[in-house]
Amino acid sequence: MEDPFIIAGHTIKNRFLLGTGKFASHLLMKNTITASRAHIVTVALRRIDTQSSHDDNILEYLPKECITMPNTSGARNADEAIRIARIARAAGCGDWIKIEVISDNKYLLPDNAQTIIATEALAKEGFIVMPYMNPDLADARRLCDAGAASIMPLGSPIGTNKGVCMRELIKILVEEISLPVVVDAGIGRPSHAAEAMELGADAVLVNTAVATAQNPVLTARAFSLAIEAGRLAYCSGISASKETAEASSPLTGFLR
Amino acid sequence: MKGTFSNELARFSNFDFPSFLERVRKEDVERVLLKETLNEFDFLTLLSPSAVEYLEPLAQKAHKSTLAHFGRVISLYTPLYISNYCENECLYCGFRHSNPMQRRKLPVRKVKMEAEEIASSGIRNVLLLTGESRIVSSVSYIKECIQTLNQHFASVSIEIYPLEKDEYASLIEYGVDGIAVYQETYDKNLYSTMHIDGPKSDYLFRLDTPQRAAEARMRQVNIGALLGLGEFQKDVFFTGLHGHWLQNNYPEIELGVSFPRIQPQAGDFVCEHPLTDQELVQSIVATRLFLPHAGITISTRENSALRRNLIGLGVTRMSAGSRTQVGGYSLAAAEEGQFEIADKSSVYEVREMIEQRGYQPVCKDWQAI
Repeated sequence: MEDPFIIAGHTIKNRFLLGTGKFASHLLMKNTITASRAHIVTVALRRIDTQSSHDDNILEYLPKECITMPNTSGARNADEAIRIARIARAAGCGDWIKIEVISDNKYLLPDNAQTIIATEALAKEGFIVMPYMNPDLADARRLCDAGAASIMPLGSPIGTNKGVCMRELIKILVEEISLPVVVDAGIGRPSHAAEAMELGADAVLVNTAVATAQNPVLTARAFSLAIEAGRLAYCSGISASKETAEASSPLTGFLR
Repeated sequence: MKGTFSNELARFSNFDFPSFLERVRKEDVERVLLKETLNEFDFLTLLSPSAVEYLEPLAQKAHKSTLAHFGRVISLYTPLYISNYCENECLYCGFRHSNPMQRRKLPVRKVKMEAEEIASSGIRNVLLLTGESRIVSSVSYIKECIQTLNQHFASVSIEIYPLEKDEYASLIEYGVDGIAVYQETYDKNLYSTMHIDGPKSDYLFRLDTPQRAAEARMRQVNIGALLGLGEFQKDVFFTGLHGHWLQNNYPEIELGVSFPRIQPQAGDFVCEHPLTDQELVQSIVATRLFLPHAGITISTRENSALRRNLIGLGVTRMSAGSRTQVGGYSLAAAEEGQFEIADKSSVYEVREMIEQRGYQPVCKDWQAI
């Protein structure tokens, strides 16, 4: 079955996107990426150190076949996000950028208004912009108009591992937004990832749950399979759940 | 909300701490253990004597919380003292004005030498410190030093005398992205007996310093009390409350909390409330559960074995390769430092220790943008 996953004209080989923060070592991160078969990996510019030795430079550990997508972690407003994106590009990280504008370090919730401003500015500069957002339909539409390549609604707050708490809002986005929907943040278990895919999300980004697992390599493999399973379930037209039972022998079948 | 933190402190001016702490029962601690979000009285409950027998489950919960929010990562930095001139008379401090020690202030070219020496260890975050003398270590001198440090480090923080808001704003323009300012003790009466002369004797000015820095849009704000001056439960509680207030009113800041314990220093100060290792651990895990998103720093005031064991209990940041003498890195300075270093490990050894604990030492966690 042909089921391409395309962002900004690029075919992405895996619907599992992996974040590279919080790992116990760069080598473990590298092995986990390999196990995940992720095609897009995100990395915080604040951690990229091109002046350090090979051992410390995270970029040296990212598989060459992956698309490296810097994120603007630490940006408190649009201006900072734009500056971080430009620095990342100047450092040779390419045109992909995940916008994270977080002006609240208590709950780490994204600032949609500033994200929209940053998206518009960076899209005009030729970046492939993937904005992390609070799942709000009006803001998602504004992001589309601003030139985003996808939208990345949060499943639940970063680091909470609570799963797809925002499922009803994400379902609305899947229905109404034509851009790829990548559920990001708060995905704590492979079953959460499968659920997001069954809702119709195009992809899932996971970081904390994999990086902090007892066995990140095995956990990454589990997530990869779960995302694949969830996507297959969605494509198969899996039945919606109902509140009441439905008899398998219909009452009006005699009319046919 | 806003206002000042002193309004918040005033709520507790007549609070009977000993009575509250004494009345905490095991069931109260167990109830708090089950909660996801703690309020201030839950936090105080975890600092009570009754919480001590629950230290292990508290530590496990603090570990899980830290893992979720910070991962298996410890950020490293090195302190750089550029001047030990001080106008204050703080009874517990080696730099106090009346202490007959050799005073030194580094010219900028020697700050560069110190920076090069520290940077050669791989450290990318530096904490610039001075004794508290605005006359000798003027803001313009500090700006010159910061310009030099920016050439060698990705991130520069400062721990100097409290400044006005516009002064912090101008230092941010020069490339400072964090401050550390410790209230030492939140007990106003005790504070005045400990700080008998100099600008630091102004309790309220110091108390409002983190707020001024936050209003100037300082990125990182690190607070703490000097544990051992007063009863630790009160000072740890008020430090937590201060952090909570800062997060609520200035949610943009990256909050950090430190737990410096009084160590031997120059002079004859006797610590009346020395903190045991167990009380230090209790303070750290309780703070972690009350402030899950705050960074927690342990410096080289603590020995290597203890620091090794504190990794995994909530600590996210450590100093490494530290010298507290002015010119201590490149100039073989032999005079007294501000305090005695307990962990004399090199940066390489600290990195190795962190890796052996299954964590990743991170030397770069920010850069000027």
